[in-house]
This record gives sequence, structure tokens and C-alpha cells, in this order.
Amino acid sequence: MTNKNETKQWTLYNANLRTKTLVIIGLSLLVLVLIFVSYLFIDTSSITTNFANANQAPSLSHIFGTDWMGRDMFTRTLSGIGLSIGVGAFASIISTIVAITLGLLSSFNKFFDELVAWIIDLFNSIPHILLIILISISFGGGFYGVIMGVGLTHWTPLARVLRAEVKKIKTTDYVKLSSQLGKSKIWIATKHILPLVTSQIIVGVILMFPHAIMHEASITFLGFGLPPHEPAIGVILSESMNYLSAGYWWLALFPGLTLLIVVLLFDLIGENVEKLLNPETAQT
Amino acid sequence: MNKKITKFIGQKAVRFIILIIAVAIFSFILLELSPLDPVNAYLKEAPVSQAQRALLEQYWGVNTPLTTKIINWVSNLLQGDLGTSLIYRTSVSDVILEKFMTSIVLMFVSWVLSGIIGFTLGVVAGKNEGSWIDRIVKVYCYIIQSAPSFWIGLLVLIVFSIELGWFPVGYSTPVGVLSQNVSIADYISRLVLPALTLSMVGVASIALYTRNELVDVLNSDYVRFAKSRGESGWDLIKRHGIRNILLPAVTLQCLSINELFGGAVLVEQVFNYPGIGQTAVQAGLQSDVPLLLGIVVISAIFVYFGNLLADVIYYFVDPRIKESETNDE
Repeated sequence: MTNKNETKQWTLYNANLRTKTLVIIGLSLLVLVLIFVSYLFIDTSSITTNFANANQAPSLSHIFGTDWMGRDMFTRTLSGIGLSIGVGAFASIISTIVAITLGLLSSFNKFFDELVAWIIDLFNSIPHILLIILISISFGGGFYGVIMGVGLTHWTPLARVLRAEVKKIKTTDYVKLSSQLGKSKIWIATKHILPLVTSQIIVGVILMFPHAIMHEASITFLGFGLPPHEPAIGVILSESMNYLSAGYWWLALFPGLTLLIVVLLFDLIGENVEKLLNPETAQT
Repeated sequence: MNKKITKFIGQKAVRFIILIIAVAIFSFILLELSPLDPVNAYLKEAPVSQAQRALLEQYWGVNTPLTTKIINWVSNLLQGDLGTSLIYRTSVSDVILEKFMTSIVLMFVSWVLSGIIGFTLGVVAGKNEGSWIDRIVKVYCYIIQSAPSFWIGLLVLIVFSIELGWFPVGYSTPVGVLSQNVSIADYISRLVLPALTLSMVGVASIALYTRNELVDVLNSDYVRFAKSRGESGWDLIKRHGIRNILLPAVTLQCLSINELFGGAVLVEQVFNYPGIGQTAVQAGLQSDVPLLLGIVVISAIFVYFGNLLADVIYYFVDPRIKESETNDE
């Protein structure tokens, strides 16, 4: 997205693509951190029930409007997004651990390689949403269920990339040499293979994050995820469905838009970090 | 050539059976691990005596060992018996068949629409690389890819049903009318919005893919050669561009059936469309284990056939693969 019309976009000073990429990453990160920090310091008084100003359209005092209990939608959205980012972070950590474990496991021998490929196939053969529903039910639903459901389903793309990388690395001479020198498979996996795939892991994790957030919201929207009293984006949106026919469009528009922007920012960071880390595009 | 086909079918059939059995066992174990109690789900907190509860427990097989349960479930599955649904009180296969037919119309319409529109948008954007139309398509695709599909559905609902009032809100049959008596017009008016939403969402990946491929093709040597020979405009795109990218695009569209199914689950929930997705959500929320398992297995079969279609196109229709394989032999 950044390489189009390079001279036009930056007229203030002459920046090369690397600087621009860094600036984009920095700005997106700043916005996300701001959102998360303001989530931590939310003033809870504006989301207490106040029927006097229920169902107000967006105005200067309530820029996202208020819901049917008079709660400020901006504050609710903010806390929902914060919660989503938290769940997304947890889930990404789980997914990353699974992906790295399986990716490294595939380096051991042909049997494990096939096994990993088969597990990836198995996970991909059930529609994503259904699989998340199944896993979150199997962990008993609620907060824990969502984290496990989202965490245990988002590792497949990263694992696939890692498996392909591992295959490539295994053909190199130094891996063959060190296995002939009697190093164990675990030693080779952690000392020779893992350091080489770090950049793929970083990119994979950042790109996993927005998906995790979006699926968390979807699953909560369907009613499997976070309990209804939590201010999650999915809960807000599914509640808003009851009030749409009354014309309260702001209940659905702004929370979804916020979610969209957060997801977009994460995508932007991921793509630009990939550009920096990938040696083919880093020097241009 | 015939040998190749038999080998292909054989391989795919074996893989199919193994995969479906694995999916069945996997999902069964997952639900078995959950704290759901089939007896409680059946009773819905109704008070019963100890003896009756014991009877029910025996009926649902609460105390049978896991391995026996799995063997029973898989062998019943292979005979086509998916058990009895707790919500609908009829056999799971009947429920799934009925709901699936409703969904398949929705999914097929949006699958075809999103394919055609996405491909067209991609071609237009790729042909005019760097122009405003290319930018609009790209921005649209990026935004759609980051937007939750149910939120797009909500926006569509707000705009077309509530603000403009063109379409009814919810339910695929009007209230108070038997499902046999629904007129085609009624049915279609309730199909439009979910299909529109699913198509809008599905367009993104195919359009981006087509655009990037077309840009690559147009920068290739043979297109430069064709240009120097005097070909230009749509003729050039048609002869050298579309011929090259159409098949991979169709393949990609076949592989997107997994996503389509997920989108359908959410969109059906938003528009209250009584399809397989909504049934899955109901089954999950009301702990109807047999129905949920049945839907998982059926949807896995569905996704498998989507992938199979992609493979068939890849191996048998794509002339490049066909030729390179015959050259090898």
C-alpha cells in the first residue's frame, strides 16, 4: 500500500521506503497503544445506567451515542475493543506456541512431517467458525472457552509456513553436518532451525492477531463467547440487533467501525513488518 | 489418461473416508470433553426422580466408556444414522437435509455472484493499474477483508430494510404463513439481503487475487511482445490476460467454500435466515450434541467437495498442468 506514488505522498521531506514503512508501523502502533491505554483508564461512571439520556443519537457529549440504558457507547466500545485486544493477545500466544511446536516437530522425520500436515488438513477441513464453536463448547464456554477456541484454531497458516521453511532448511549442509556430528533432533530444531524462522514467526503472529480479534467478536456475537454482561464488541453488536428496527443505527455502526479500524491497523503493521523483514523487499 | 482418472478417484476416495472419520472422531471427543451433560440438556432442568434419571442416563449412554461411544458413533455414521436431534425431536439427517437445502441456495447464489463480480472488478482494476478505479477496488477489498461479515450484514440490514424499507426484516417465511404456501417472490425478497452481504464479503479475496495476477501477466515478456505486434485494449486482456488467470481464479473460488460457510453462519444469524448456520448456532447454544456433530460432519464433507472441485480443475482442466504431466510420462 505504501509503494504507490512515492513522490506524491511525501512532500514534506524526502523519505525512503524504509523510513516510510517505519513511520506507518510507528503510527499504527501508537494508535493501538493509545486505545489500549485508554481502555485501562476508563471512567466507569459514564457506563453506569442512566435512563435520563437513553437512546441518544451521536452528539458532542456522546460521540457514539448512548444505548437504551443511557450508557455512553464510546466508553462501551472502548472497553469492548480493549477486551478484544486482550483476548486476541492471549489467543495469539496459544496459537503461536502450537504452530512453533508443530513446525519444529515436522523437522524430526518423515512420519512427524506427514502427521503435522495431516493435523493441519484436519483443522482446515472443518469450517473455521464451527471449529471455534466446537472447541469453545468443549472448554466449557465463557472467557476460557473463547480464548482456547480462538487460540487453538489460528495456528494453521503459520504452521504451514513454518513446515515449508523447515523443509528448506533441512536440506542445508550445516543441518546435515550437525546431525552427523551426533546432535539430537531437538538440539537441531532449537539451535539451527528456530533462529532462522524467527522473522516468519513474528510476521505470522502479527497477521494472526487481527483474525483472532475478528473471530472473537464473531463467536461472541453468536452467543458462544464472552458472557452477555461483558462489554465485548460481539455482545454490543448482538444487543444492537434488537434496537435496529427502532432506528438506532449508531448502536451497530460505531462499535463495528472501531473494530474494523483496529483490525486494519494490525493488518497494516503486519504487512509493513513483513516488508522490512523479508530480504527481497527490505532494501528497496 | 483413464488410468490417471481411476488413480485420482481412488486416492481421493480413500482420503475422503479417512478424513471424515477423523473429523467425526475428533469432534466427538471435543464435545465429550465438554462439561455438557446430555441428560440435563434433554431435561432442561425439569424435575425427575432418581430412577427416571438413571433410565435416561442409560439411554444417552452416560456411563459407557469413551471408546465404545466413539465406535458406536462412527459405525452409526457409516450407516448413515446421525442420531436424534434434541431440539427438533426428529432424526438429525432430516433436519440437516431440510436446513441445508435452504442454505445451499443462499451459498450458491452468493458464491456465483461474488465470483463473477470479484473477477470482473479484479480485471478492471488490474487493467487500469494505479488509476483511481484500481485504488477504489483495492481500498474496498482491504476494508472488507478486515470487517467482520456480520457487521457488514448489520449495515446492509440498516440501510436496505430499516432506512429504505425495501426488504422485510428477518425470517425466510412471513409470519403466519405455512412454509408450503410461501410465494416465490416472498422467498426471493428474503434471500436478497443475505446473498448481497455474502457476495459483498466474498468479492474481496477473488478481486485482489485477480488484480495482482493480471498486473503480473501484463508486465510479462509475452504481453510486451503482443503489444509490440500491435495488440491492445480489451483484445489483449482477453487473449493473454483472462485466459491465463481465469482457471486459478475459479480454483481459488472453490477453495473459498470454507470461508463461505463461516460467513453464512454469521449472516444467517443476522438476517434470521433458517439455514444450516443458524441451526448450528442453535444446536450449540442449546447443547444439542447429535445435531451439532451432524452439522460438523456434513459441513466437512461440503468443504471437502469444494477442495476436490479445485483439485479437479487443477489436474484435469488446466492445460498447463495437463501438458506438463503428459510430457513427463
